[in-house]
Amino acid sequence: MLAFDILLVATIIWIAVGSLSQAKLFKSVVMFVIFGLFMAIAWIRLASPDVALAEAAIGAGVTGALMLDAIGHLRSRETPYPTGPEGAGEPDA
Amino acid sequence: MSRMPERRRIRVVPLLVSLVLFAIVMRAVLALPTSAEGLSGAMTAGAKASGIKNVVTAVLLDFRGYDTLLEIAVLMLATVAVLSLRARPDALSRKITDTAGPVLGSLTRAFVPIMIVVAGHLVWIGSSGPGGAFQGGAVLGAAGILLALSGYARPRWSAGRPMRWVLAVGLLTFIGVALLPLFGDGTLLQYPDASRKDLLLLVEVLLTLSIGASLTSLFLASASDTSAEERS
Amino acid sequence: MSSHYVYAMGGVVLFALGTYALLARPHLIHKVIAANFMGSGVFLVLIGLGNRTAAEPDPVPQAMVLTGIVVTVAMTALGLAIVKRYYSATGMTTLDAPGEDGERR
Repeated sequence: MLAFDILLVATIIWIAVGSLSQAKLFKSVVMFVIFGLFMAIAWIRLASPDVALAEAAIGAGVTGALMLDAIGHLRSRETPYPTGPEGAGEPDA
Repeated sequence: MSRMPERRRIRVVPLLVSLVLFAIVMRAVLALPTSAEGLSGAMTAGAKASGIKNVVTAVLLDFRGYDTLLEIAVLMLATVAVLSLRARPDALSRKITDTAGPVLGSLTRAFVPIMIVVAGHLVWIGSSGPGGAFQGGAVLGAAGILLALSGYARPRWSAGRPMRWVLAVGLLTFIGVALLPLFGDGTLLQYPDASRKDLLLLVEVLLTLSIGASLTSLFLASASDTSAEERS
Repeated sequence: MSSHYVYAMGGVVLFALGTYALLARPHLIHKVIAANFMGSGVFLVLIGLGNRTAAEPDPVPQAMVLTGIVVTVAMTALGLAIVKRYYSATGMTTLDAPGEDGERR
């Protein structure tokens, strides 16, 4: 199975290069989520199913959702918030 | 695929730094002996003695419990920090989406109960197979995010009192269980042998709830609103 | 060479790639993504070297990587919240103003 491992590691590095060299943020994040799924396969090959479960759920899922939300936030406003007096009211306790 | 970066110069200093780091770490990796004894023998024997069949769970909660305690504290600190970085004090009072469409709404209603059951199963099976508190907590967090994305959960909930209690209960229980042997004759995190499995199960279940609430809060508290005209 | 060494070396390559992107890409969210890649590279090295044992794989690196994944998501969430707040306060998504150090982005 050494050939499979070499192929998997080469694919992971190729996806990483692709994600880090993209100009558009959305493509970077999508390739990061794909990278997370391939890492889950790598963890299975390394005989650690707990880490594979955690990587698939946390690394690919929650991190991907957080990043997509951040990108949407940056895209949806052309002008930033007016910076008024911060701390003028304490949020609900 | 991506365009190869010919429109962008290769930055020299970052390239040098990364090559130097690559050389150092590669040399360290290759200098280690190719086959080592490792701790797997000792850990497997210890896990058998403590009654937990999944060695990784035993290591996480029993042998390296202090690491897990500090990690949960770090996660809670990050949640508090993200909650305090809200842009405006009332930024949480807006919903993320107004209504869920037919596909998202029905999928959410179908998936979230399944995800809750899967999370519970992962926690329960974590003592004898792959699984555990973190995996269950991650699925719970994903269920919370799905609820938020389809409008069933309001961003305001992420700073409300019930959510803060759920966030705190995992860490507080773990600290309590860790400090409990100090009142007897043990040291920190030295679980009594008789109730070890029950204590660990209690800690695991509450940790799952806390981790799920934390991941949901991390998403909700920094979520953006889609109605740009509400800026005031 | 056994198969787990392939993963360890791949992890080192990932770490180097992440370091370069962290220092070279000016956009802050690209930096956050690069930090995640660095973390994943380190995890590959940890568990790849933990498989050197003849019998079962070493469970202590697996527990450490599990801890590391949760800490990484906390770091990512906090980093992205800071980036959003920075954008709200200044309107910029890079540390320098665009075009200041020759970058065209």
